[in-house]
Amino acid sequence: MTNKTTHVVDYGLGNLMSVAQGLEAVGSHPVVTSQPEEILKADRLILPGVGAFGVAMESLASSGIASALKDSARAGVPILGICLGMQLLFDASSEFGHTAGLGLIPGEVAPIIVSPKAGELRSTHIGWRTLDWSSVSNPLVSDSVDSSDSFYFVHSFAATPERRSDLWASVSYGEYRVPAFVGSGNIWGSQFHPEKSGAAGLKVLKAFVNA
Amino acid sequence: MGASSPAGGFRLTVGENRPVRLVARMDVKGKNLIKGVHLEGLRVIGSPNERARQYYSQGVDELLYIDNVASLYDRNYLGELVTDVIRDVFIPVTVAGGIRSVKDVRSLLRAGADKVAINTAAIRSPRLITEIAESFGSQCVVVSIEAKQAPSGSWEALIEGGREKTGVDVLEWAEEAISLGAGEILLTSVDRDGTEKGFDLDLIRRVGALSTVPVIASGGMGSVGHAKELLLATTADALAIGSAAHYDRLNFSGVRKELLDEGFEVRSLDQ
Repeated sequence: MTNKTTHVVDYGLGNLMSVAQGLEAVGSHPVVTSQPEEILKADRLILPGVGAFGVAMESLASSGIASALKDSARAGVPILGICLGMQLLFDASSEFGHTAGLGLIPGEVAPIIVSPKAGELRSTHIGWRTLDWSSVSNPLVSDSVDSSDSFYFVHSFAATPERRSDLWASVSYGEYRVPAFVGSGNIWGSQFHPEKSGAAGLKVLKAFVNA
Repeated sequence: MGASSPAGGFRLTVGENRPVRLVARMDVKGKNLIKGVHLEGLRVIGSPNERARQYYSQGVDELLYIDNVASLYDRNYLGELVTDVIRDVFIPVTVAGGIRSVKDVRSLLRAGADKVAINTAAIRSPRLITEIAESFGSQCVVVSIEAKQAPSGSWEALIEGGREKTGVDVLEWAEEAISLGAGEILLTSVDRDGTEKGFDLDLIRRVGALSTVPVIASGGMGSVGHAKELLLATTADALAIGSAAHYDRLNFSGVRKELLDEGFEVRSLDQ
């Protein structure tokens, strides 16, 4: 078992405890931090988060975390964004106008359903889903994530990468196809919550810790 | 299974990526798991977290902790219960009871909750729904509606754990709560709560039909047949199981297996 440290970025949003517990369960020591200088020293980073893109980016930018994350990304430090954390890795979001993201993965974030209708497909995609894996080879599949594994999603925006090669897995939702896992070199993004997806989710965290 | 509606628009039917969640409803008082009938006559069952871990090993999809008497006391143990349970239970946890402010929500999220459900405070101050949604996102705020049917057939929203009437119409309130930013509706039929006699299908169908957000059906689950009835007759997105699980009449893995065998889109678990 590895005893690597993983820094979990705290910018005031979301449930960090479960991410920390999940890391411990896969043999990594979690350090929750909101300090840019700590982030710059990290071996690997998780950017969690739920909530609004704009509020989150503002918090990341004003605290200096955004530039620390970009420096770490450039230095090749593995970074995993979860849910909103994944969306923040992208260039921009159309949530409330146009907000720039971290720009670590080329692509945009937009609502899954622009005008939801009463009684029809819900605007928020919530539930446990199996993934459709793309033909792009990736460390998750080779680290024993199975096609029958289900993962927990809760989101109403989707982050779509520009490059086909960055899309590792997707999920269908009504007539929509929603990116579920993206990756570009050392930058990974998970739309589902690996820390909330039971044993299957822990496999994803384990693959990240071992990457 | 599943087809377009006659009008050609999208319809939710079985097999059309309508993931249905099985939720364990844990009513608590202090540090005890309790259960009553019609939200009354509460009996102590045991340790909520012991049960939660048991349900997790049976493959439950989500946990819902509700302290309906929380607002009567100065403090409750919801935060502590959640912090303890998430040490080794890796599924979403929703917490309800005595939440009155954004500050209360923040401290429960810090304790390890993923979502909060609010009823009394939301009815008294609907603006709180929007404030929570703006601070933590809509997906974080579940509006809990405790519905009691009147002789006229309409449903009235009750507050304070079913102890107080409001005169508020459930259908109108659900619509308003959604427009204010509710990310989910937890819909409890007070008439069916604890009876294990089946869901209030009419209520759930009506709320489901006006909703743009997921609806969790609660109150009355006593057999897998009730779940099938619910999923065929309504657009419920999740169903809560309380007393039938607590009294060991139903087991989450058995419910899941039967629903899967019938083609309902619940999580498939290889065990």
